[in-house]
Amino acid sequence: MSKQINVALIGNPNTGKTSVFNQLTGLNQKVGNYPGITVEKKEGICKLPRGVKAHILDLPGTYSLNTTSLDESVAVELLLNKNDKDHPDVAIVVSDVENLKRNLLLFTQIKDLKIPTILVINMADRMSRKGITIDIELLEKKLNSKIALVSTRKETGIERLRELIADYKNLSKTQNIDTSVIAPEYFKRLKNAFPKEDIYKLWLVITQDVNFMPLEKTVTKDTSSFTTKSKSELKRLQQKETILRYQYINGILKETYKVDVNAAKGFRATLDKVLTHKVFGYVIFFLILLTIFQAIYGWSEYPMDVIDGFFASATEWIKNTLPPGVFTNLIAEGILAGIGGIVIFIPQIAFLFLFIALLEETGYMSRVVFLMDRIMRPFGLSGKSVVPLISGTACAIPAVMATRTIENWKERLITILVTPFTTCSARLPVYLIIIALVIPEGSFLGLSYKALTLMSLYLMGFAAAILSAVILNKILKIKSKSFFVVEMPNYKLPLLKNVGFTVLEKTKSFVFGAGKIILAISIVLWFLGSNGFSDEFKNAETIVTNRVEENGFSASSEIYFETHQDELSINDQDISNKQKELEERALAQEIAGYKLEHSYMGYMGKAIEPIVRPLGYDWKIGIAVLTSFAAREVFVGTLATIYSVGNDEEETIKNRMAAEINPRTKKPLFNLASGISLLLFYAFAMQCMSTLAVVKRETNSWKWPASQLVFMSLFAYIVALVAYQSLK
Amino acid sequence: METTVADLKRGQKGIIKEFTENLLPIKLLELGCLPGNEVELVQVAPLKDPIYINVNGSHIAIRREMALHIALDIIDDTVVI
Repeated sequence: MSKQINVALIGNPNTGKTSVFNQLTGLNQKVGNYPGITVEKKEGICKLPRGVKAHILDLPGTYSLNTTSLDESVAVELLLNKNDKDHPDVAIVVSDVENLKRNLLLFTQIKDLKIPTILVINMADRMSRKGITIDIELLEKKLNSKIALVSTRKETGIERLRELIADYKNLSKTQNIDTSVIAPEYFKRLKNAFPKEDIYKLWLVITQDVNFMPLEKTVTKDTSSFTTKSKSELKRLQQKETILRYQYINGILKETYKVDVNAAKGFRATLDKVLTHKVFGYVIFFLILLTIFQAIYGWSEYPMDVIDGFFASATEWIKNTLPPGVFTNLIAEGILAGIGGIVIFIPQIAFLFLFIALLEETGYMSRVVFLMDRIMRPFGLSGKSVVPLISGTACAIPAVMATRTIENWKERLITILVTPFTTCSARLPVYLIIIALVIPEGSFLGLSYKALTLMSLYLMGFAAAILSAVILNKILKIKSKSFFVVEMPNYKLPLLKNVGFTVLEKTKSFVFGAGKIILAISIVLWFLGSNGFSDEFKNAETIVTNRVEENGFSASSEIYFETHQDELSINDQDISNKQKELEERALAQEIAGYKLEHSYMGYMGKAIEPIVRPLGYDWKIGIAVLTSFAAREVFVGTLATIYSVGNDEEETIKNRMAAEINPRTKKPLFNLASGISLLLFYAFAMQCMSTLAVVKRETNSWKWPASQLVFMSLFAYIVALVAYQSLK
Repeated sequence: METTVADLKRGQKGIIKEFTENLLPIKLLELGCLPGNEVELVQVAPLKDPIYINVNGSHIAIRREMALHIALDIIDDTVVI
């Protein structure tokens, strides 16, 4: 096997780097994380001419090699560390034809690292419309590099790029700019202290952590042998370097790059005038939000029903086909119920990621940041917090990661801490089933009480997020300068391929990430619920049968009969048969319930009951609440397992829940008071292990996720307590 | 008082003179916001903050507090409404 060529793809944000990556690799790509950190690592394989293959690594977008964030730091580390297995044989710098000047800044820095570098000028299809002409040949000569003029939209220029990669050995490795002129004295001393190292590389290592905390220094650790400069001195030198590079670039572009100014304006200016307008801008943003919510709740209902039905019949099929036994029960009640609980979320998650990808791809998201910044600031947030807060309605995990674009650490920390209050899609199944149970029919101004309740829960989530942001803003004594610089990219028609890849990727990682936890919990629960050590558990059948014979059916079975009364009146002849069948089913359920009460899980539930009783819950809900501290969506699955209905079909669980009687009050367990109390608890409690794990990684300390867990859960408990005690 | 980016009206242009605060983020420079370059004000959000500018072909939004540190000479008085 011939050696693969290692290629690093690097470029400014919004240059279409991802499109180039998709064009080169097609579906031959995988997304993971860099070890130990949550920076996304995208890599793929590209087939080159003459049977050669290239391993393409898509590095995080960056404006320069002067790092200001963890993502950028990853890119720089890789370029500096020759021992890294992914260290590139050749770097491809992707630039955008309209912003070539700015993109060349990064290009010259990489070129000066003596890495063979290819310049891709992307979006070539826009050139004629924007009145741009480039003398490619002259530019290649001036930059001493090869250039590929590419249009990912028209799919041109990719072949030339492949050729250039395959021929990487012929690329120049000489530096374009001598950086040492910015401080000759200092660079000379540097050279004397580390004679073996490349001077520009050293300079980058030294300045790595000027704007940002350091990753591990891989090239040199020992700087003691010469006097270092202060941070602000180094920063000033960085500014000098930037100016030096721009002088070089301006000189070259003057001869090679021409823009006809009259052609350049138009579409963008007109759209900006409307979309960032003081009034219309906000109206349009609001309408877009409404559309997104409508899509998530309206349109995803149909695929969700199909999935629900599929799992219900799959469970039944397995129960009827496989020989009865422990193994079959594990599959049907444990594993399948668990998987169903994850898969049901796919339509909603996919829709949400679709919209977020569309907003990002078109360039609209930056306009939202611009519009919202001043509004969010009094709450200690930034315009950039809007994106995480909106993403939080799908899932807090990607939302917390999306805060990385916020440069100000205090604003970023507050955003991370409050984002889990927004109503994520995992809360939805809990809301839907409780609302269906306890909120009465009827409507107000044409909106049903149920819809209104759901909407208030969303609003409450946002309100809680904003309020806690205000409090945190007061409490947190963090001094950090706000470096709010947002690029407003040109508007683009989204490339369907890119959007499709994003949606697929994000959905997949959600399903497998959350899926593992839910599945594991479902299996553990199933085991705890279907095993026990006491005599009551072992002899449940005889005990319950005797009890029913002596005292008749329990109150919950009576409700079960009532709710199924209508089934009896279909056909007179069948009534006695049907009646008998119903009684058998009720008996089986009572036995199952009795068994559960005396299983391991039953004893655990009884132990925590005193804590949840003031909120209006019994031990079964207590178990469901407890297990959903791993992940909220486990609630419905847990109740399904606990109520031993054998499948995860919501209608059936709902009927069983409606039939539950609170032994103390002799009234239905799920009534308005306990229902509202549950809804509020789920609205505010921090019940998601994965979010806590992500917060730990993003804040690099257990302090923040721990305080999140304590504060949110305590708050949820108090609110639920007050609600239940005043409504009861 | 020196004229700064924060004083520009919509559509107005200026040439950046200097930074009155020494340590503005390097990112600003990288995006092309350098002395000698032309700035055009594209849009201002309500309460005059943030400010959306076109500098040297780069379209960026910055907060008012930062704009106050970028001194310039106004070169064009025609205001587009």
